[in-house]
Amino acid sequence: MNYIVTFYNETYKILLLLIPILVSVAMIVWFDRRVWGFVQRRKGPNVVGPFGLLQTAADALKYIFKEIIIPASSNKIVFILAPIVTMTLALSAWAVIPFSDEMFISDINVGILYIFAISSLGVYGIIMGGWASNSKYPFLGAIRSAAQMVSYEVSIGIIIINVLLCVGSLNLRDIVLAQEKLWFVVPLFPMFVIYFISALAETNRPPFDLPEAEAELVAGYQTEYSGMMYAMFWLGEYANILLLCALGSILFLGGWLSPVDIYPFNIIPGVFWMIFKILLLFFMFAIVKAIVPRYRYDQLMRLGWKVFLPFSLLYVILTASFLVYFDLLPN
Amino acid sequence: MKLNRFFKIIFLSEFIKGIAIAIREIFKKKKTINYPFEKGKISPRFRGEHALRRYPNGEERCIACKLCEAVCPAQAITIENEERADGSRKTTRYDIDMLKCIYCGLCEESCPVDAIVQGPNFEFSTETREELYYNKEKLLENGDRWESVLAENIKLDNPYR
Repeated sequence: MNYIVTFYNETYKILLLLIPILVSVAMIVWFDRRVWGFVQRRKGPNVVGPFGLLQTAADALKYIFKEIIIPASSNKIVFILAPIVTMTLALSAWAVIPFSDEMFISDINVGILYIFAISSLGVYGIIMGGWASNSKYPFLGAIRSAAQMVSYEVSIGIIIINVLLCVGSLNLRDIVLAQEKLWFVVPLFPMFVIYFISALAETNRPPFDLPEAEAELVAGYQTEYSGMMYAMFWLGEYANILLLCALGSILFLGGWLSPVDIYPFNIIPGVFWMIFKILLLFFMFAIVKAIVPRYRYDQLMRLGWKVFLPFSLLYVILTASFLVYFDLLPN
Repeated sequence: MKLNRFFKIIFLSEFIKGIAIAIREIFKKKKTINYPFEKGKISPRFRGEHALRRYPNGEERCIACKLCEAVCPAQAITIENEERADGSRKTTRYDIDMLKCIYCGLCEESCPVDAIVQGPNFEFSTETREELYYNKEKLLENGDRWESVLAENIKLDNPYR
């Protein structure tokens, strides 16, 4: 009996998180397209629903009713598994994201490691999809994507070490609470910029969307996918983008904390600040998509290994020596 | 010079300029028009759907001179004529194959009596090919429907001919 109650409670909590996330993924796709359009002086989707907000719902409905084509020479099990893996991983990482002081599913003390592990696993969905398609463009796209994600994961890891040095804990709540006096975006600003750019590369967003560079690779690892399976890749991709935006706001922008601790701001519930910060970061993602040309592949690799990695390593040393010298090390 | 470039790269100055431009563009007026509800302005010289015009007394303008048939580069026009009881020469058949037509406007240019014209209508898509084989009745009906606009457009374009 006790078991059932716990099970019910947990399921309830998970659904309460998952459904808003799926809805907001749909909204964020609309927002992305809308910003993209506005920058190019277009109107973007504005027909379905108020301001076109239901455009993604209409698209999803279309995908559901489309036939799923499975190539005859593909590895069928892996082919079907790939989008499921992508989406599951993208959504499961949300379990540890704290939306406010008490809004989270689980408060594990290695939250950041968990997120890091899950987002590293995300590359498997893409590799599986590309390999199982048994077709050249998906394969090339998957290889590119794997190399790119692995490279930028390294620099993101070192950036996270910077933050952890200042916090002294791997718990995401502690990371936010450590920023009560000063958001980490101020002392670690260069790291924030590098985090942002690495997050673009990590989620295959322009200017690093080489795995799906339509001019050379049709649609990369998604080429052979259709119908609902394509939509799941797409959902997973945007859930991942949102996740990295959420992680960015937790690591650097003080999570649910209000920017100033004065009257009209500090009565707004933390969850609104959190959502506001995620949206702000996503707005940057969307604008970057509209203004930058795509990187060449060797430039991408050079940037990751020769610029970001040494620079963030140097910054780790700087942060550490600063903290030790002024005796500011936590605990 | 090299140092300048180095600082430009380090501080992402061009990237920030780009974002500033993008944010400026967001608030500018949009170029899109919501097509089926709003329509763009079209010139009086626009070469859209064909129409055969009539004189104000209801008599067809076309005198079956067949200049349009001769000039049509796509050979989309077919005309047959007869002599009426009052001695005038009129068409018995005036077909335009709208699928062959390239909308060059030469028929309109060649017409000595402004009978065949191309109107401002460009929304005449159909579901079958057959509906696009226009005959005399269809063309005259078009002429009757669009007469006011056609007359106005010919008047506006007249100074430039």
